Amino acid sequence: MDDFLAARLQMTVSFVFHIVFACIGMTMPWLMFVAELKWIKTGRKVYQDLSKAWARGVAIFFAVGAVSGTVLSFELGLLWPKFMEHAGAIIGMPFSWEGTAFFLEAIALGIFLYGRNRVNKRIHLISGLVVGIAGVVSGIFVIAANAWMNSPSGFDWVNGQAINIDPIKAMFNNAWFQQALHMTIAAFASTSFAVAGVHAFMLLRHKGNEFHRGAIRIALAFGAVAAILQPISGDISAKNVAKLQPAKLAAMESLFKTSKPAALVIGGIPDEEKEEVKYGIHIPHLLSFLAHGDLNAEVEGLDKTSKENWPPVVIVHFAFQIMVFMGMLMMGAGILFLIFNFKWKENLDKRWWLKLLVWLTPVGFIAVEAGWIVTEVGRQPWIIYGIMKTKDAVTPMPGVQYPFYLITLIYLVLTFLVILLMRRQIFAVHMNSQNINAHD
Amino acid sequence: MLMTDFIILVLGIAVLFYVLLGGADFGAGIVELLTGKRGIDTISKAIAPVWEANHIWLILAVVILFNGFPLVYTTLTTYLHIPLFIILLGIIFRGTAFTFRYYDTVKDNMYKYYTQLFRISSLLTPFFLGVILGAIMLGKIPSQVDGTFYEIFIAPWLNLFSFTTGIFLTLLFGWLAAIYLLGEARDDESFQTFAKTSRTFFVLLIVSGLSVFLVAEMYELNFFSRFLHSSVAIGCVLVATAIIPFLWAGIRHRNNLLTRFLASVQTACILTGWFAIQFPVMIYLADGTALTIQNSQAPERTMSLLVYALVAGILLIFPAFYYLFKVFKFSQNKQS
Repeated sequence: MDDFLAARLQMTVSFVFHIVFACIGMTMPWLMFVAELKWIKTGRKVYQDLSKAWARGVAIFFAVGAVSGTVLSFELGLLWPKFMEHAGAIIGMPFSWEGTAFFLEAIALGIFLYGRNRVNKRIHLISGLVVGIAGVVSGIFVIAANAWMNSPSGFDWVNGQAINIDPIKAMFNNAWFQQALHMTIAAFASTSFAVAGVHAFMLLRHKGNEFHRGAIRIALAFGAVAAILQPISGDISAKNVAKLQPAKLAAMESLFKTSKPAALVIGGIPDEEKEEVKYGIHIPHLLSFLAHGDLNAEVEGLDKTSKENWPPVVIVHFAFQIMVFMGMLMMGAGILFLIFNFKWKENLDKRWWLKLLVWLTPVGFIAVEAGWIVTEVGRQPWIIYGIMKTKDAVTPMPGVQYPFYLITLIYLVLTFLVILLMRRQIFAVHMNSQNINAHD
Repeated sequence: MLMTDFIILVLGIAVLFYVLLGGADFGAGIVELLTGKRGIDTISKAIAPVWEANHIWLILAVVILFNGFPLVYTTLTTYLHIPLFIILLGIIFRGTAFTFRYYDTVKDNMYKYYTQLFRISSLLTPFFLGVILGAIMLGKIPSQVDGTFYEIFIAPWLNLFSFTTGIFLTLLFGWLAAIYLLGEARDDESFQTFAKTSRTFFVLLIVSGLSVFLVAEMYELNFFSRFLHSSVAIGCVLVATAIIPFLWAGIRHRNNLLTRFLASVQTACILTGWFAIQFPVMIYLADGTALTIQNSQAPERTMSLLVYALVAGILLIFPAFYYLFKVFKFSQNKQS
């Protein structure tokens, strides 16, 4: 295997794996916090059980997320040393802040998980809140660094060297806000729907169980709000990408020729050779409106970019369609949930609704993975957009395929183990408590 | 230059804390290799609440390197790719195996596999960390990609000297863990087990420390004369040696807080002594030059922002960290 391809694939595998845990790490502490809050307010034991059960989940996911995140912080240098040599001084700052946030998160989590009987209730509750806040904040710092790769700023590039470095400008680049917003909401939507789905599955087996009913209500309250807000943030993102990375937007929409007005393409199979989309549904004017807020605006197509600088159109196009479709599914379910909450509450216990939630379990994470493929593959062939190509940043070490194979194998095994472990955790809720290997 | 000094100081503190705390967590896995079943319960309970926070000292050190000294970071990741990758594997396996073992609801065969994996990765990771420390002292790391695969990517770390420093660091971690676990022991039998382990590690540590010096002479690194020319390094050796009898007395009288403190001071002496003879070099290169603190640092603006981030980070982290240890470590006796 080609070393460059192996390096890209290793990075892909590492991201695809880590991002799931990152999302869970940003969101689950909030669910856990709300359960704990409800336990304190209502005194109903079921909420304490829920908080404890979720805390065990958080502990497992956090550990895997922490180590896979450490792997990434080294892989940036192991696989892309030329990138880090220049980028380190420019975007290291958000990482140093992220380090602080992550530190606080780990400390607060230690207190929340193991300190239930050692600190007073108030401090225990606050530590849960700190975990939630620090998780979101550290996510935002990392995304700011990624946004810089899409919208590099805060330096001048002269003869292959970065001069006049301004890390603050680099961190608050033109893409950071929309990316941070979109990803934070995505983390809440995906994790909440996954949690709701798992509990819906258990509720189907244990009809009327208050533990699972409470869990679904808390999770979907977060999930529904996030899923309904996400299209708004998506719109901000689309307009931002249209301005900053027209080639990425063109690839997402398979817009080969600059058009005025431009139609939105839904589905279809793009053909890079013939520069056309087969079988897609075209909605006139809509892309002009979505990209620029004007029904007749011109939208830049791939023809404005020389072909060697095109991102892989097919991958980006499909990933974008998948992301939007999954997002729509979640939004629909979110709206239903809110409607049922105000009226027709009995529907929330109906089998069809619970089955629907079970089917929606992986949908959010599929959307997150697809969205990151749009962001990362859509930036290619650049590692720093318009400044440095990905192939020029790759490590000089030959034989990168071997670490790639190894990492892939390990992450597959870990995925299997985490699923096994969570399965056991979830079923343990209904087992005789003596069999549980509990520590608290 | 004050900024750079401050950053280096924080880097040094991060490394020290990582060795003391993260090292003790890894060392606990090594101790478990020796004590087997008898140690598991104490070890699991002792490191579960703190290992993740302890691990983040390493992240802090890495972030300081790639933000403040990007060239040092990329030189390490380019030429020491292989040992760094092994360390990553060790970090993945240790963290996940420990957590999975701790949280699994059923004790079956998986429990045994997790235990094996936890112990082996606890041994492997410190060894290769030590190998990397050896490699940056040895001066076989090339400054450009020019030569065979073996010369560029293997020889810098696959050598007797790096392996000697690897063994030294492994023993140091194991020793720290044994000392640390003395205070976690719930009964006389396990206290005696850990005390015996700590004595074994201490003897091995001294032997391996001396062999680092001897092997260094073989490679003409002149550790002896560099040591004798540094008053700081000499001071460190004297303090570390003077502490030994007090440490033994601390163990005998079961004054666990004192023992931990003295072992930490000794470790700080070892690191400071090493730092004194290494300063201001960060990596010795094969062409006779070196990456130093001065010639590898990021531009001034980056460094000053890093200082702000570190000051803010310290103000937030240290009180929180102190609280974590107050809850779980200092109040140990009241709990049992």
